[in-house]
Amino acid sequence: MSRRRASIKEVRGEVALFRRRAMTGFALILLGLAGVCVRYVYLQVLHHDEFVVRSDQNRVKPRAIPPARGLIYDRNGVLLADNVPAFRLEVTPEQVADMDRMLAELGEVVPLSDEDIASFRKQVKQSRRFEGVPLKLKLNEDEIGRFAVNRWRFPGVDVVPYLTRRYPMGAQMAHVIGYVSRIDAEDLEGMDEEEEASYKGTTHIGRIGIERYYEKLLHGEPGYELVEVNADGRTQAVLDTTPPTPGKNIYLSIDVRLQKAAEEAMNGRAGAAIAIDPRNGQVLAFASEPSFDPNLFVNGISSADYKALTTAPDKPLYNRALRGVYPPGSTVKPFLALGGLALGIRRPSDTVLSTGEFCIPGQSRCYRDDKRGGDGTVNLQRAIEKSTNTYFYRLALDMGIDRLSAWMSRFGFGQKTGIDLVGEVEGILPSREWKATRSKNGWYPGETIIAGIGQGYWAVTPLQLAHATATFAGRGIPYKPHFLLDTQDGVDSPRVRQSFPPTGPSLVKKAADWEAVDQGMIAVINGEGTGKGLGKGFPYVIAGKSGTAERFSRTTNAYNENKNTAYLASRHRALFIAYTPAEDPRIAVAVVLEAGAWGAKDSGPIARKILDQWVVDEGGARPEDPSPADIVTSDALPEAAPSGENPAQGAQPASPDDDSGEEQAQ
Amino acid sequence: MIQNLTARMRRFGLRLLSRPRLDLPLLLALVILACAGLATLYSAGGGNYSLVGGQAARFALGGVLLLVISRIPPPVLRSWTPWLYMGSTALLVVVAVLGEGRGAYRWLDLGVMRFQPSELLKLTMPMMVAWYLHPRQLPPSWKDIVVVGLLIAVPAGLIAEQPDLGTALLVAGAGAFALFLSGMAWWRIGLLVGGAAAAVPVAWQFLHEYQRNRVRTMLDPESDPLGNGWHIIQSKIAVGSGGVFGKGWQHGTQSRLDFLPEHTTDFIFAVFSEEFGLVGVIAIMLLYAFIIGRCLWIAMNARDTYSRLLAGAIGMSFFVYVAVNGGMVAGILPVVGVPMPLVSYGGTSAVSLLTGFGVLMSIHANRKLHD
Repeated sequence: MSRRRASIKEVRGEVALFRRRAMTGFALILLGLAGVCVRYVYLQVLHHDEFVVRSDQNRVKPRAIPPARGLIYDRNGVLLADNVPAFRLEVTPEQVADMDRMLAELGEVVPLSDEDIASFRKQVKQSRRFEGVPLKLKLNEDEIGRFAVNRWRFPGVDVVPYLTRRYPMGAQMAHVIGYVSRIDAEDLEGMDEEEEASYKGTTHIGRIGIERYYEKLLHGEPGYELVEVNADGRTQAVLDTTPPTPGKNIYLSIDVRLQKAAEEAMNGRAGAAIAIDPRNGQVLAFASEPSFDPNLFVNGISSADYKALTTAPDKPLYNRALRGVYPPGSTVKPFLALGGLALGIRRPSDTVLSTGEFCIPGQSRCYRDDKRGGDGTVNLQRAIEKSTNTYFYRLALDMGIDRLSAWMSRFGFGQKTGIDLVGEVEGILPSREWKATRSKNGWYPGETIIAGIGQGYWAVTPLQLAHATATFAGRGIPYKPHFLLDTQDGVDSPRVRQSFPPTGPSLVKKAADWEAVDQGMIAVINGEGTGKGLGKGFPYVIAGKSGTAERFSRTTNAYNENKNTAYLASRHRALFIAYTPAEDPRIAVAVVLEAGAWGAKDSGPIARKILDQWVVDEGGARPEDPSPADIVTSDALPEAAPSGENPAQGAQPASPDDDSGEEQAQ
Repeated sequence: MIQNLTARMRRFGLRLLSRPRLDLPLLLALVILACAGLATLYSAGGGNYSLVGGQAARFALGGVLLLVISRIPPPVLRSWTPWLYMGSTALLVVVAVLGEGRGAYRWLDLGVMRFQPSELLKLTMPMMVAWYLHPRQLPPSWKDIVVVGLLIAVPAGLIAEQPDLGTALLVAGAGAFALFLSGMAWWRIGLLVGGAAAAVPVAWQFLHEYQRNRVRTMLDPESDPLGNGWHIIQSKIAVGSGGVFGKGWQHGTQSRLDFLPEHTTDFIFAVFSEEFGLVGVIAIMLLYAFIIGRCLWIAMNARDTYSRLLAGAIGMSFFVYVAVNGGMVAGILPVVGVPMPLVSYGGTSAVSLLTGFGVLMSIHANRKLHD
């Protein structure tokens, strides 16, 4: 109360005080503004002449010269991505009196699409009126000729040379190399100042694939030229040039001959085939089928082309090798077998009796073998050779899901391999932890059992499968799969080898463990196994394993007697892994077909053709392929077969079809 | 009916004229300034209509906010003050937390638009100081000065930490002006300023390296002609070559030939000086001086302490913009991100400035009627 009374008393004084302060403040402000004006007098009157001279001399300004993008080669120096000169139409808006009329008239001389015009108009709004804006990229000779004749009619329109990207291999390398496309405002927004400055004058940027992953290597540093300009900003003379530093050339570990062989062997069937050198992780072939022509994207894809690519039922933009996930089926058996030995759960000589059906002790639920009546008594080698489910049901159960997934994760399942491409997916390695994030139900023993034969929650990418195969073939020493082999500063400089050391210690503790599994995989092809005949006529011993995984859950317990290949192909995924020479592997291959009747019969020959080409590349004579009749697959029945009536506990095959709609390209 | 309506409309119009809610001289000065700003922007942007259109749209938005806020009586504003202050400071904390691990982070993304919470403080800060001092015995005691000092230091520190030295300066300045206008004793001001001067070497240690470089470059721009010095050298050339009468509208070569960086935002006044010369500079400085003077006049006629301090502080902080930006362009102050008010291109500052003038209009509308 007393405070309020006091303030009422003081109000008059306070107002007077405020007045004095406000006036003092205003006087100080006027003094300050006057001080600023004095500075302007100093610059604009006293030193005016000096600055006029400097302003006139300011006819020289730096202009960025974009660097040439690094070239991309295969391991033998075959060109995969090239820079070629091209011409574009550029318009300076300030010099065009009537833009609409000009565009209409120009359209009669050089065809302009609606997209060209729309993107041009958008850019005009964002740029300054005396700067050139690209209207149409990549003019053909006919268009250049016709424009040259009519040039006088179009003031402010110029033909400007630039470098564009070309992919001589077209679709063959698209899923590895990716492509570059026009740089846009969004790209620049994500960069810091320095990075943005380095893109001055650059028109293209890596979008996907190697072009994106190694953007920093490939891009280079822009140079500057000092140019003299007139009052309109037009170049009068170039005074001095600091040349740009071109991007580094890149040599990939890919061998285009092997890549071509892989693609041809796939023969347009949707899937992926990958070859890796197990001694160092270099990717030798990386085919994802079907593919697309990356050249379409470089200078802006037309909406018709883009629509065709995105709506095609077999999704050519989808990188199956990197992003497709499939149940691995029996291809995991050799890895699991090695785990049994390494963890001391099995000796190579331990046997299991296969009767055709395996039941969890104390439960009525049973799991089937491939073959009615079973394979009899099998040891480790025989179990791999015959792909005997019972052996692996038992092994998985003895191992338990925790040890199983811990062991399998050492082969790289359930995680990104770290390959030098963008957009890799992790897939699914079945584990208690993984299931806990998805479901409230705990882990069932039945799920461990089917995990033992690569079914159930399992989902692996073809790349992961190839990586695991290469890791095994390299006697357990893991390498990160990679494409980058060498970099090079310029065409005349030496190639600089890039080092990719092993990512960890060997998975193999005892050489004998490895030998035992190796023997099993040799027998698959050279014994009485599921891939019998695939090694015929080949100069080295091939080791391998087939896998046939079901795309859909089974609804009945009955053996499927339908032998119609087309029918089976619609229900199965065909997988095959192989490496050679078996005693000292130098190449590992994984093939996955989205639709194939049998792993060995459909994917096996593709793997074999890749290996044949590899022999040729190594300097050998082309081996003669076995005829289809030589490949015995009659005993390779579908492997995933949970029987019983409780589907909740049964296999829930990971359904890759849900994901396959994702596309990488925009 | 219709006659009735026209009669009512006429009465309404007469009432508006007889006792306008808006201070017409101030409004007129702002309109002239905004037009000069748009004309300069058109030239600096190289005739880019979307740039000018965007800025005009922001002026329109700011104008609407001005009108709306001018209808809110000062006592209502006063009752909202603590909440507005705490809210805007809380947003600063949010930005600080979100920005963890990034270089400079000032923006809050609202989906539709992004804005800098620090911009809000330019208004809520003087409001808070005025709110705090309103019921107290003035001139303020040491205790009140310490409290006000804390009210200023916390948000200003958060903004300086972003780091955005220019805005921190404007926010702290707005608070300090309110304190100054409250009649804080001169010897106390002298003591604080002296103490602050002594603290400069210490503060130097806390500046970011790039901020120190800006100060160093300002002192000797030729030492770094391609980096930080480039701005200052090119800006001085633009100003100096303008001379007394300037090169004429759209004839400034420095910006057209791209020698002057940021010629639509922080350095737009260099373009103005180049094209309109010393005559233009003095004219616009007089316009700014008129606006500030008018604000202080409104403050002197305000009804209560809160309104007085707030109106005075808003007017005086306008000076900080002009002096800092004008000094920076002329190469006597370091390059900090302070725009030339209503001339520089940029959304949030134009909108927040006009909002501040809305508060002034409200104070004017509720002025003392006799005295």
